[in-house]
Amino acid sequence: MNSKTELHIQEGVPPDMRRPDGKLDEEKVFKDPVHRYIHVRDELIWKLIGTKEFQRLRRIRQLGTTFLTFHGAEHTRFNHSLGVYEVMRRMIGNLEKKSEWDPEERLVCLASALLHDVGHGPFSHSFEKVFHMDHEKWTRRIILGNTEINDILLQMGDDFPAKVANVIAKTYDNKLLVSLISSQIDADRMDYLLRDAFYTGVSYGQFDMERILRVMRPQEDQAVFKHSGMHAVEDYIMSRYQMYWQVYFHPVTRSAEVILSKILHRAKELLADNYAFKINPVHFTTMFEGEVTLKDYLKLDESIILYYFQAWEEEEDPILSDLCQRFMNRRLFKYVECDPSKQMLIWPELQQLFKTIGLNPEYYLVIDSSSDLPYDFYRPGEKDERVPIHLLMPNGELSELSRQSDVVEAISGKKRTDHKLYFPKDLLTDQTTFPEEKRRILSLLMNQEG
Amino acid sequence: MLNEHAKLLALFKQTGEIIGRKKLQKMVYIAKKMNLPFNEKYQLHMFGPYSEELSLRVEEVCQLQFVSEVKEKKGGYQQYRYELSEKGEDFLSMMSFHFPDATGMLEDMNHKSSKFLELVSTVLYFEELPKKEVAEKVFKLKAKQNYSEADLDEAYAYINRLHQVAPKKGAYS
Repeated sequence: MNSKTELHIQEGVPPDMRRPDGKLDEEKVFKDPVHRYIHVRDELIWKLIGTKEFQRLRRIRQLGTTFLTFHGAEHTRFNHSLGVYEVMRRMIGNLEKKSEWDPEERLVCLASALLHDVGHGPFSHSFEKVFHMDHEKWTRRIILGNTEINDILLQMGDDFPAKVANVIAKTYDNKLLVSLISSQIDADRMDYLLRDAFYTGVSYGQFDMERILRVMRPQEDQAVFKHSGMHAVEDYIMSRYQMYWQVYFHPVTRSAEVILSKILHRAKELLADNYAFKINPVHFTTMFEGEVTLKDYLKLDESIILYYFQAWEEEEDPILSDLCQRFMNRRLFKYVECDPSKQMLIWPELQQLFKTIGLNPEYYLVIDSSSDLPYDFYRPGEKDERVPIHLLMPNGELSELSRQSDVVEAISGKKRTDHKLYFPKDLLTDQTTFPEEKRRILSLLMNQEG
Repeated sequence: MLNEHAKLLALFKQTGEIIGRKKLQKMVYIAKKMNLPFNEKYQLHMFGPYSEELSLRVEEVCQLQFVSEVKEKKGGYQQYRYELSEKGEDFLSMMSFHFPDATGMLEDMNHKSSKFLELVSTVLYFEELPKKEVAEKVFKLKAKQNYSEADLDEAYAYINRLHQVAPKKGAYS
C-alpha cells in the first residue's frame, strides 16, 4: 500500500477502532430515507466508503436526466450503492439463519454490493451509447487497478479484489452469491425501485421488501421464494413494470437523453474536425479519441459535464450551442408516436425538408426506441437465458413465478416495445422562414402519429 | 433511422434463417467480437454472453414485421425461427449505411450447433485470460454442459479461423 492510502485509511478509521475480527468498535449508521438506517459494522466497508473513487459517486445522479421530468430525482449513485449494500446486509442476515455462510464470502458479497456501480460515469447511459463504453468494465478496472479501493480490498488478501470483480462480472464460482447482486430479483433492483419511486415522488413502485427477504430460501444456484410469499414478489414485478413505463421510459426524460447524446456526438465530431473550442475540452479529449485512462475517467463527473455544457452555450457552432441551450434550459424536443415501418416511407422526404430549412436531420430528427433503454421487464419462462424467479412450492418442488401467478403472467405478455420520433417543434412552428416546408414537415409528422 | 436495428437486418440477410434465440444471441456476440459493428451490451448469463438489449431489439424488429418469428414446438420446449421479411428487405434497401460482407463467416457460424457457439462465445468472453484459466472458468461455470478438453480445443481453433477472415478492428463502427 502506498503512503498516501495509508494516511487516508488512518484518517478514515482511528486506530482505536481497529479490531482483529475486522469489526469496528462502534457501529456506524447512515440515515437513509428508504431503508431508515444503513448499518456499517465491518471495517472493510467503512474504509471503502471513504475512498475517493466511492465518494465520486456523490456527483453522479442515479437517474441521469430524469430530474428534468421528476424534479425530486436528484439522488445519486452514492445513495443507491449504500442502499444496495444495506439490502444485501439484511439479505445475508436472513440467509445466515437458514444456512452456513463463510465469513470471507460474506465480505465479498457486501463489498460487491457496495461497489457494483462504482464504474458508472456521468450520465452514463448516453456516454456509453456515444462512446461505446461499458461501466461494468470500468468497475472492474477501478477494483483491480491502481486505486484506493484496490488498496483496501488487497488488505483482505491478494485475490480479494479479483473475487469482488468476478462477483460483479457474474463469473464468480458461487452462483448463489452472484444471484443476490444480479438476477431478476436482486439487491440492486430492490433498492433502485424503492429509491427511484421515493425520490421521483411517484406513488407506485412500492413493495414489501422485508417480506421478500423473509421468504427467500437459498438454493445451490440462486435464492428462491416460499410460495406463501408470492404476492410480495408479484408486487415487486408490478413495481418494475410500472416504474419502467412511468419513470424510466418517460418520453420527456427520453427527449433530454436524446439531446444529451446529440451534444456529445456534436462535440466529438467538432473535435475530430479540429474545431477551435473557446475552452479546450481537455476532460473529453481522450474519450473522444477512444483512449481513456483510469485517471481521466475518474475525473469525470456531472459537475464537469454541466460546466462544459454551459460553456458550449456560447460556442460559435450553432448546433452545439443550440443543443446545450436546450439541455440547460429544459427546452426539449417534442415527440410523436412513431411506427418505423410506416415512417420509412416518408423518411427521405422528411430528411430533405429538414435540410432545406437549415436543420441537420442527424441532430434534429431522432427516433428513440425501447431497446435504447438500460432497464428491462421480467421475462418469464424456463428456457430464457436469464434465470427466472422460482417459487418453492409446499411439496418442495420449484415452479417458475408466471406459472403460479396470474398477475405476472398477464403483464408478461404485454407489448414491450415503443418508438418515438423527437424534433424541435418550436423551430417548426416559427414560420417566419420556409413556411411552406415547415407546414409540410408538421403535416408529415402529425399524420403518421398512431 | 434505427441504425442498430438495420445492422441486425443486415446480419439476417447474410445468414438466412436462424433457428433458436440462443443461437442468435451467440452469433451476434461472436460477430461483434470479430469486429462487425454491433454495439449491444452483453453480460454473462446462464448460457454464456447474453444481451437483454439485443432481445428487445429482436422483439422490436419482429413487431415491425421486418423479421418473421415462427414459434414451434420441439420436444418439450419452444423453438423460434427468424428470417428477414420482404418488409425488412425494403427497409434495409432504404438505409444508407454500410455493413461489411461477412456472409461466409456468418453462414459457417449458422451451421454450428448452439451448444458449440455457447462455448465459443464464452471463450471469447474470457479472451483476456490465459487458456488454462479460461478452461477452469468454462468447466466450473458450465459444468452442466459437460464440455471436454477436445471441445475447448475445437472452440479455440474455430476462433483462430474466424480471426483470419474477420474484418480488421476499427474498420467499421
